[in-house]
Amino acid sequence: MSDARSQVLGAIRAALGGGDRAEARRTAAERIAAHARNIIPARTNRPAGELANLFASMATEVAATVERVVDLDGVPDAVAAYLASLNLPAEARVAPDVAGLPWDRRPTLTITAGPARDGDAVSVTGAFAAVAETGTLMLTSGPGHPTTLNFLPDTHIVVLPRSRIVATYEDGWDRLRAEGAVPRTVNFVTGPSRTGDIEQTIQLGAHGPRRLHILLVEGA
Amino acid sequence: MESTAHRFPENARRALTDENLQYMLRKSATGFQLRRRMAADRLPEFEDLRDQGRDIKNHTLAHLDVYLEAFEAKVNEAGGHVHWCPTAADARNTILRLCQAAGAKTVTKGKSMIAEEIGINDHLEAAGLVPIETDLGEYIIQLRKEPPSHIIAPAFHVRKEQVAEAFRAAHTDLPPDRPLDEPRELITEARLMLRRRFQEADVGITGANFLIAETGATVIVTNEGNGDLTQTLPRVHVVIASIDKVVPTQEDAATLLRLLARSATGQEFSAYTTFSAGPRRAEDADGPAEFHVVLLDNGRSKLLGTEFQEVLRCIRCGACMNHCPVYGAVGGHAYGWVYPGPIGSVIDPALIGIEKAGHLPNASTFCGRCEAVCPVRIPLPKMMRHWREKEFDAGLGSPAVRRGLGVWGWFVRRPRLYHAAARLAVRVLRRFGAPGPLAAGWTAHRDLPRPEGRTFQELWAERNRRSGRGEA
Repeated sequence: MSDARSQVLGAIRAALGGGDRAEARRTAAERIAAHARNIIPARTNRPAGELANLFASMATEVAATVERVVDLDGVPDAVAAYLASLNLPAEARVAPDVAGLPWDRRPTLTITAGPARDGDAVSVTGAFAAVAETGTLMLTSGPGHPTTLNFLPDTHIVVLPRSRIVATYEDGWDRLRAEGAVPRTVNFVTGPSRTGDIEQTIQLGAHGPRRLHILLVEGA
Repeated sequence: MESTAHRFPENARRALTDENLQYMLRKSATGFQLRRRMAADRLPEFEDLRDQGRDIKNHTLAHLDVYLEAFEAKVNEAGGHVHWCPTAADARNTILRLCQAAGAKTVTKGKSMIAEEIGINDHLEAAGLVPIETDLGEYIIQLRKEPPSHIIAPAFHVRKEQVAEAFRAAHTDLPPDRPLDEPRELITEARLMLRRRFQEADVGITGANFLIAETGATVIVTNEGNGDLTQTLPRVHVVIASIDKVVPTQEDAATLLRLLARSATGQEFSAYTTFSAGPRRAEDADGPAEFHVVLLDNGRSKLLGTEFQEVLRCIRCGACMNHCPVYGAVGGHAYGWVYPGPIGSVIDPALIGIEKAGHLPNASTFCGRCEAVCPVRIPLPKMMRHWREKEFDAGLGSPAVRRGLGVWGWFVRRPRLYHAAARLAVRVLRRFGAPGPLAAGWTAHRDLPRPEGRTFQELWAERNRRSGRGEA
């Protein structure tokens, strides 16, 4: 095992012509520590207040649906109304990080919290951040947000506080670095699941959700 | 995968008469090109991003050993394991050992070209395991028992009627009279069948588009979400990646990701881009308990420091094949090994030898479109020319071509004689046309128009005389 390691690294070093590896190591360590930004598209260069509009229009372009909600207390009503509008059963599996919302306002809505199980049709989760540049959600795994909720149910509803919308992926990473531990998984989600594998015709809902509904919470 | 690259001419001839393949090539030829164009035009920084993508990869390759060490240290820190594999056989055996240690029966797989390169499915099957491809395109070709024909659209060559046929043959517990005429019906059925497999799998294998030295994360980019179910539901997640996939930071990955989807499918961003570092944390409610990265060299380190080093910049977007007139005429299978199209014409000889893959760098008109669209500006035509030189130097290639090049070489080293012969040839051709049977190898597939005037050298000399510069 360690033989294989030195074999691969030795072959690379020999091919690169030897050279001072201590110097190379310093260069690499400095680049990693600096994690400098490269070119950032000017598209995101707009007042913070307009980022939500950019996010919503980019997300809509990739077949996500975006609904504005006044505040977090309005989320249960919005979820119930959305499910009713699609004739879906009034049941949802929710992430622990949104389990504390006032779900009891809609007693007919059955809510259970935890990771997705086979057969769960609808999930509701929060979002760590959202990237306006391409209408992309940034979802991080953790006790408050099991990853399976992002992929197993047919319909994924995301509660996105407006304050979590950032301009670029880089802004999202900075926010994650600032908030501490690196989670096992960071899912960047841009629209519902899709495939073009049958005659290059785009179809939604290949393995992941067929519907991605984003509740953009203005007052949060 | 057994290579048939040495039979490229026969493969290509067969492809040209394969009606299903030709239907699919006609149907999809312009879609990828148009979508890439639109995505690139919409991002004013696109060309500058390509320069930066090239520079990021060049920097990383020049420090490849130290970035791999940094990546490994971070994987270990997150509780994962890195397995270094000099050869394809090492990688196959490592993965089998990991599956056996997990007591695995069913193994789900996300799409991975490295997995094709090392032939992992056959290896696992031979040991009694059941590998299941979960990318829809890969699933289709696994049922049809054939290799992928495109690096991002593995079932690019398959018509929907052929998909239905494969599904009816494989999914025998479903009602035989069910309708399977529309893509929607096919996708719903695949989703249903694969859901069962996701639930029963013990190990999930994915590839990696990038490895991040900064965090020890592996990155997969998909549209279906199959890669995420593959790596989240089983107890063990195995990532198989080649050494050229590492990049320094998350910022560097962000830049390359801005190039990847736009170059590949013309999307602004793929539906799912997932960064995974280590196994589930103690407090997590889901995710794999084990995380392994199988790191494959398989001949890549030998390309460093050579005229082929730049090919290691490749981010596997498929733009070169989407824009290649040769790929567009014969499809991917004709190339005969894992990587088709222009990128394959450069990588395949490096990985399986020029003696086996010599036809591939010759299967190019040098039109330059591959280089013009490559997101990291790999000079593919130049590298194909290097392979042609190596082929010639090694005494390979067809005797007729070698003789022809020998004759041509003899003439061009004698400019006066060459000019005289060219003048004569042009006049003969103008008068009589191409000498039928003598040039049949060329004219059977191409037009040789009758020259209309004098040789280029004559015209050039006259032009210079007129402008008073004298003969060059």
